[in-house]
Amino acid sequence: MDKSSVLITATALFVLMMAKPGQADITIAVVGPMTGPTAAFGEQMRRGAEAAVRDINKAGGVLGQRIKLEIGDDACDARQAVAVANQMVNKRVALIAGHFCSGSSIPASDVYHEEGLLQISPGSTNPQLTDRGYNTVFRTCGRDDQQGKVAGNYLVAHFKDKKIAIVHDQQAYSKGLADETKKALNAAGVTEILYETLTPGEKDYSALVTKLKTVGTEMVFYGGYPHEAGLIVRQMRDQGMKTVLMGGDALVAQEFWQITGPAGEGTLMTFSPDPRKIPGNAELVARFHKEGYDPEAYTFYTYGTIQTWKQAVEKVASTDVKAVVGALRQHTFDTVLGPIRFDAKGDITESAYVVYKWSNGTYDYVQP
Amino acid sequence: MIDLYRETAIFLQQLVNGITIGATYGLIAIGYTMVYGIIGMINFAHGEIYMIGAFVAVMTYVVMGMLGVQSVPLALLAMLGVGMVVTAAYGWTVERIAYRPLRRSFRLAPLISAIGMSIALQNYVQITQGARVKPLPPVLPGGIHFLEETGFGVKITWLQIFIWTVTVALMIVFTWVVARTALGRQQRACEQDQLMAALVGVNVDRIISLTFVMGAVLAAVAGLIVTLQYGVVDFHIGFLAGVKAFTAAVLGGIGSLPGAMLGGLLIGLIETFWAAYFSGAYKDVATFGILVLVLLFRPTGLLGRPETEKV
Repeated sequence: MDKSSVLITATALFVLMMAKPGQADITIAVVGPMTGPTAAFGEQMRRGAEAAVRDINKAGGVLGQRIKLEIGDDACDARQAVAVANQMVNKRVALIAGHFCSGSSIPASDVYHEEGLLQISPGSTNPQLTDRGYNTVFRTCGRDDQQGKVAGNYLVAHFKDKKIAIVHDQQAYSKGLADETKKALNAAGVTEILYETLTPGEKDYSALVTKLKTVGTEMVFYGGYPHEAGLIVRQMRDQGMKTVLMGGDALVAQEFWQITGPAGEGTLMTFSPDPRKIPGNAELVARFHKEGYDPEAYTFYTYGTIQTWKQAVEKVASTDVKAVVGALRQHTFDTVLGPIRFDAKGDITESAYVVYKWSNGTYDYVQP
Repeated sequence: MIDLYRETAIFLQQLVNGITIGATYGLIAIGYTMVYGIIGMINFAHGEIYMIGAFVAVMTYVVMGMLGVQSVPLALLAMLGVGMVVTAAYGWTVERIAYRPLRRSFRLAPLISAIGMSIALQNYVQITQGARVKPLPPVLPGGIHFLEETGFGVKITWLQIFIWTVTVALMIVFTWVVARTALGRQQRACEQDQLMAALVGVNVDRIISLTFVMGAVLAAVAGLIVTLQYGVVDFHIGFLAGVKAFTAAVLGGIGSLPGAMLGGLLIGLIETFWAAYFSGAYKDVATFGILVLVLLFRPTGLLGRPETEKV
């Protein structure tokens, strides 16, 4: 190697080192379905995460360091989720705020746990996520056994004498929620008239709809995502059925109404109390609106997830996962979601689900 | 006791469901079958062409809305017309840039090129149109009811009637084109022997281009129909529909025009009735199981002609 090439190599190395975002940055990641049929939720998460990072950096960062946000796309697909998880491991991110779909979160959490990375999911509600004893897995949303109970109790209270059918799309979140709801229904002595599954991603569910009509379904509980739920509602109306559909937290997206149009009127769903309604969040909501974006559902959950992590890091003055995990279990955090406290499993201690109703293109709490 | 009237009504409703979905499979399947008939290649990008047809339909609808067009028939005509022209242009271009340069190379080359084209088109739409679903409000609501007295009213929407009419009309037109016109004669000549056809003055390249255009036009119609019927479009609808339609083409006998339509209808009906009377979870298993059975007993498909070795 002659002198000039040594010089060039040295310069190149120097440039590379300079180009690397300053060593002092802390990298965190938000991972969710940025593409695919559930991309609406990925957008909510990305928006929430970007806002949180921007606000934290504006206020001086964490431990005097700036936060850098990585965005990962799992398309709600288990295989892609594991691939993204491995990328995040390579980048040694300090926090994974994600994933969204339980079917992605659960396999990805195996990777994170093995590699000692911290995962806090803002949206995966399947009980299994935290039931496997991984101490590095947390979530800021509720669990489907809680959600299913609320949905089941509501159905018992209001539709006890109606013929209720249960349908799900066979994915982890969907089946979990449908089964928990079924459990709550059956415990109250109500038996569903039909229990069916469908293949997600298709367009035509008319055969299923006719089947629902055949058994005289008066209420459908659906475990799954807005795309299929919207199509079922639309196709029920096409076949002259006025049956109401009830779903879970995954229906909290404008996308649902975009598909159903006025046919979606009266659709019920369970979700945690709307963080947009917390008075302290008014300023943040206004800022989102100014960007032409309505901070729906998981926007605030992702924002709150990153806030929680930031406060935990500050408590122990370190981003070391072991220390942060300890702090997360010990303290109560003040976030846009209200005060958050974790139990030994990594679930939030206080999780309340309420029933919402879609009407006129928006949703609000059902009047009891 | 089984209420026979009611059961009949339910059966009729499922028949209506199955024929509607089968019609779209059939329309897409014709594109696969025509291209295979002429150049013996599976055009894997055809599902994407259909997806583009669906997107163009939504865009045209939005533009019509902005222009203040209120008339439903006019909007439908415009969606059909614009969709056909734009999608045909895509079909022609795909053939021109991805297949024609590979015409004389080894057999697998155009196949790989087709898969590449399919991925490229999908990503292109995802990037330019976004990953989220595009909704379309119901354009043609309402329909007719009958057999209400059985306690199970059969409902056929105007849209379903529109879909059947368009499908039957297109089938008639295309069968006529292939069987009776000069273009059809040239197509059949190319199908039998490209070299010989060229020797007697047929412009083979032009005929192949036109075949792609015809397939794309039918795919555009299928795209429009699906958009109207289900009201949502996204960038990956082409894949599943493409697989189903390709299966339909094979089932009916690849290379055969009526076979493609028959295959499409059969797949639609099998899917629907399996989901109706058995479990929805296994309907794809049932569909492909039947495909395997048919191919075991009739390797060339239901209406396919066995290929005779030329000596």
